[in-house]
Amino acid sequence: MNMQTAITMTAAETALIDAYTAQIGELPGEGAVLSARDTLLANLRQQGLPTRRVESWHYTDLRALLRAVPAFDPTAFAEKVDPLVPGSSVLSVLNGKADTKNLPAGINVRSYAESLIDGVAAADLIERDQDDAIGRINGSFVRDGFEIEVPEGTELEQPVEFQLVQSAGQSHSRFPVTFGANSKATIIERHLSVSDAASLVTVVSDLILDEGAEITWIILQQQGASDSHLAQVNFDLGTNAKLRLFVINAGGKLVRQEVHGVTTGEGADFKLRGINLLGAETHTDVTFTLGHDVPNTTSTEILRNVLFDRAKGVFQGQIRVAPDAQKTDAKMACNTLLLSDDADFSAKPELEIFADDVQCGHGATVIDINPTHLYYLRARGIPENKARAMLVNAFVDEIVEELEDEGLIETLETIIAAWLEKHA
Amino acid sequence: MLEIRNLHARIAEDGTEIIRGLNLTVKAGEVAAIMGPNGSGKSTLSYILSGREDYEVTEGDILYNGESILELDPSERAAKGIFLAFQYPVEIPGVATMQFLKVALNEQRKYRGEDELSTPDFIRRVKEAAAKLQINPDMLKRPLNVGFSGGEKKRAEILQMALLEPKLCVLDETDSGLDIDALKIVSDGVNALRSPDRAVIVITHYQRLLEYIVPDSVHVLYKGQIIKSGDKSLALDLEANGYADIIDAAA
Repeated sequence: MNMQTAITMTAAETALIDAYTAQIGELPGEGAVLSARDTLLANLRQQGLPTRRVESWHYTDLRALLRAVPAFDPTAFAEKVDPLVPGSSVLSVLNGKADTKNLPAGINVRSYAESLIDGVAAADLIERDQDDAIGRINGSFVRDGFEIEVPEGTELEQPVEFQLVQSAGQSHSRFPVTFGANSKATIIERHLSVSDAASLVTVVSDLILDEGAEITWIILQQQGASDSHLAQVNFDLGTNAKLRLFVINAGGKLVRQEVHGVTTGEGADFKLRGINLLGAETHTDVTFTLGHDVPNTTSTEILRNVLFDRAKGVFQGQIRVAPDAQKTDAKMACNTLLLSDDADFSAKPELEIFADDVQCGHGATVIDINPTHLYYLRARGIPENKARAMLVNAFVDEIVEELEDEGLIETLETIIAAWLEKHA
Repeated sequence: MLEIRNLHARIAEDGTEIIRGLNLTVKAGEVAAIMGPNGSGKSTLSYILSGREDYEVTEGDILYNGESILELDPSERAAKGIFLAFQYPVEIPGVATMQFLKVALNEQRKYRGEDELSTPDFIRRVKEAAAKLQINPDMLKRPLNVGFSGGEKKRAEILQMALLEPKLCVLDETDSGLDIDALKIVSDGVNALRSPDRAVIVITHYQRLLEYIVPDSVHVLYKGQIIKSGDKSLALDLEANGYADIIDAAA
């Protein structure tokens, strides 16, 4: 092993490995959990952070981009904030520590620290594949989060909000969630930063949807301008299960949001809707893989990206159709509004189709503001900057409108409008 | 109200000169019709009045209430009361019609130093104006002009005009694509706006529209110049005899 690590470690790699040595005594869990952590860290030490030579990291050279890793900061202070949607059940993780007061009724919840301590979590602490840097870092350091089970047939009237508030240092959280048969719920995974200090946040959510479950999962990432955010959602869709996943990135310096799913039951339907609002020097990557593993499953993916300044964006979308997954219907679209000559966006679709009776398509567009639209609005007395903001808003609003929940739509529209006002 | 003096203008992109020494005066309270064969510069003139940046004025001036507007951008001209009803209203997906109307109205008010309208007041005004133009309220829930029929688009333009209460209205071939019933509704909408402190310029190919919106003056535009002006009887002459005689006489 030492022979292979002849390359010099970067500051970030050294910091991660040193942090592990310093932290390991305090991280929850022993036995199998500890040995799983040790394995993940050994792999991290051996392989280093992925570079552009690793295909799935080609457009996000993590080794080059993750310049530094802030130390754990046990003194950092963060407080719970009001939920995005009034009346939501809030499960907060403050600087990486789950707040277990006032847990909601109707669902089974416990902190992930408990799973780590009793060893149940050991089975989760694995890598998806040898390039799974997020699983590796998160699994090495994971400290808390929430484990949830929504019982069969339960319909949650109000959303559950996972509220991750970060003020400094690092946090590594995990959210294994099982949705029982025919359950219905809206989950909001919200990432906030409450200070200008640089943070490293990693999060892994593992979703299992049993037969007929219908779930809306909304990720709203609004971290600070110097934060690194490495996130992964893994899902498994059972028979006739429906998952709508909305990803909104409106913050962070270095962001990688991975989404990996499989359909394992016929009739399963997946929708990914993404909005990337990218400004300043951000580098934001949404990487998506979906395996249509059984016949008669459907998926659509639509991403709308808006770039200002020197922002860089990436979308990688891979759809695999297994040999017997006939009648798969999958459509992927990635539309980018490039509003600066210095911004750039890379889109890489991949279709791997091994069945012959399927519908699969993908498309990518890059556009500027339509000058005729702009002129029309201005001819009605709307000043140019306002007219531009309206048109950019319109471009992403079509995605938000799909949520069909008036309160949620209005809240997200306000957040998007505020972001555009600040960056346009 | 409007005085165009020796105006020369060209397409910015390729330098093609379209307006070649145009003179025109329209007084407050006047309805002026501009007619002319295809390619004479009618639509270009309307775009130039609105401030569209695809055209460059190379000579002459446009005075609106005595002041040159050449340095004003489209939104400033609109806020000062110049309104162009488009021949081809633009479809803008994702922009809700009601939101558009509200922003346009309030941005103009803001420019003029007036208070913004309250939401109930705004909604009341839209409902009243829409009812007069027989616009289905469902239409206003759709994105701006998206999926509107040709007639609906034209009615939506007149609705905007009624709400924005401009001082100088330029109607660019508002009659194109309208059936008789819609033509009547649109014309009634325009006539309702006629007032001593408002001028209207009606650009059209056909005398038909002028039976509904009766002009005070008629001007023939040819190769970027006004080659003949007269009263409403000029439009009838053109309808009966075509442009050839007038063009020959001017040559």
